[in-house]
Amino acid sequence: MWDWSFALEILPVLAHAAIISIEATLIGFVLAATLGLVLALARIAFPWTAWPISVLVELIRSTPLLIQIFFLYFVFPSFGVSLDAFTAGVLALGIHYAAYCSEVYRSGFDNIHRGQWEACTALNLSSWTTFRDIIIPQAIPPIVPALGNYLVALFKETPLLSAIAVLELMQTAKIIGSETFRYTEPITLVGVFFLAMSLVSASLIRAVERMLNRRPAR
Amino acid sequence: MTEKPIVRFDKVSKRYGPLTVLDSLELDIFRGEKVAIIGPSGSGKTTVLRMLMTLETIDDGVIWVEGEPLTHMERNGKLVRADQAHIRKIRARIGMVFQSFNLFPHMTAMANCIEAPMTVLGMKRQDAEARAAELLDMVGLAQKKEHYPSQLSGGQQQRVAIARALAMRPKIMLFDEVTSALDPELVGEVLQVIRKLGSEHDLTMLMVTHQMGFAKEFADRICFFYQGKICEQGHPKEFFGNPKNDLTMLMVTHQMGFAKEFADRICFFYQGKICEQGHPKEFFGNPKNDRTKQFLHAVLEAG
Repeated sequence: MWDWSFALEILPVLAHAAIISIEATLIGFVLAATLGLVLALARIAFPWTAWPISVLVELIRSTPLLIQIFFLYFVFPSFGVSLDAFTAGVLALGIHYAAYCSEVYRSGFDNIHRGQWEACTALNLSSWTTFRDIIIPQAIPPIVPALGNYLVALFKETPLLSAIAVLELMQTAKIIGSETFRYTEPITLVGVFFLAMSLVSASLIRAVERMLNRRPAR
Repeated sequence: MTEKPIVRFDKVSKRYGPLTVLDSLELDIFRGEKVAIIGPSGSGKTTVLRMLMTLETIDDGVIWVEGEPLTHMERNGKLVRADQAHIRKIRARIGMVFQSFNLFPHMTAMANCIEAPMTVLGMKRQDAEARAAELLDMVGLAQKKEHYPSQLSGGQQQRVAIARALAMRPKIMLFDEVTSALDPELVGEVLQVIRKLGSEHDLTMLMVTHQMGFAKEFADRICFFYQGKICEQGHPKEFFGNPKNDLTMLMVTHQMGFAKEFADRICFFYQGKICEQGHPKEFFGNPKNDRTKQFLHAVLEAG
């Protein structure tokens, strides 16, 4: 049933596709982490944005990622915005997870003691300095595990991009399958790859956590 | 006094919903003055400091700092609510020390003291560090520069907080119950620093405190707040030495609130005998026996 020589033969093709998956993950997560932070900051800096932002976040979190991917790829062109498959997919991943990340950041900010903000006011710090030097450095370390979870979750959702024919791992495995009528090796290898990468990133996140916790806090 | 006040509260009111915390407050503070604000909890005394630090907005009136409006600004000859830029400009003259220190926990004592001078005043790191080192030395923490707040005692943290506020070279310093969160044995070291500040610097100081002894010894003026108003103010000698009866009553009830509110009769024992007794209103409001008066004054002073 399992053919080692076939597995070895398709490995380089899959490895190449894996790079696309990792690229999509990294770009998507940077987008999610940044956009999520911007959303969370906007809520605090401009209170009037709180309501529209929570509506937006709810909307994104309450609809399937696959629909959002299709929307960006198939519907946006009718508004005159045509994106290639990779861009549309990564953008959808980023925006979808930004909604989750913004809630994580928000919980991080909510945990900052009111006295910290008041000390910043008393020292006349600008809002920018307050966030950059005082609030964010205290808010981020406790939420690294939660953000890390979303990194792994986002990574595991990249196969959805195969639905718009991005040549990532899953799509490549499907192509190999349909060309050779052998699915066991490609699909298994994709699974093993995801398992390995998720384990690696989980341990990376723990390392980051340890690093952040080493400094004495509070 | 003909001199212009450095801080003027001009008919300032503060309300939280239906609750009036401060009612049309009028208070002038003069350059170099050391004013102690005392009063029972909920009397609005902390709110006075918080409004001056712009941590609270005000509902009515205007706060002036060195003749310029803090809460408002002039536009076309009229006073309108101040914008953020105006507030930051005036606020730079004021520093504050908090009850719970509020040091930045992710920064060393030194980093706490140079953050604002570098980012707000635009000082070079070298200069800011030199100044901070001077101040940390002044508060007796030259050895603790590289310590994080979690590695310092409460008293040490509060002294760092004082140094941090001074690093911005304020003209007015606000102390909000700065010893209330400290273990008793650590109170002295913080008060010592404040004493030193008072004698060495030309600072105007406003402090909310429960340390009556310290207020009496340190302040030029005591303001007694009660229910959102200044009930009585004056030089500590006058204030403590010859308080009006109703004020004594208020202050003593602050200390003995439960007895006053709960009892039908207060019995004052002295040397194994009932020295004076009576209804709380009478006892606190209009004590007759000299011993009772002495005792009530002592309670008042002990804070």
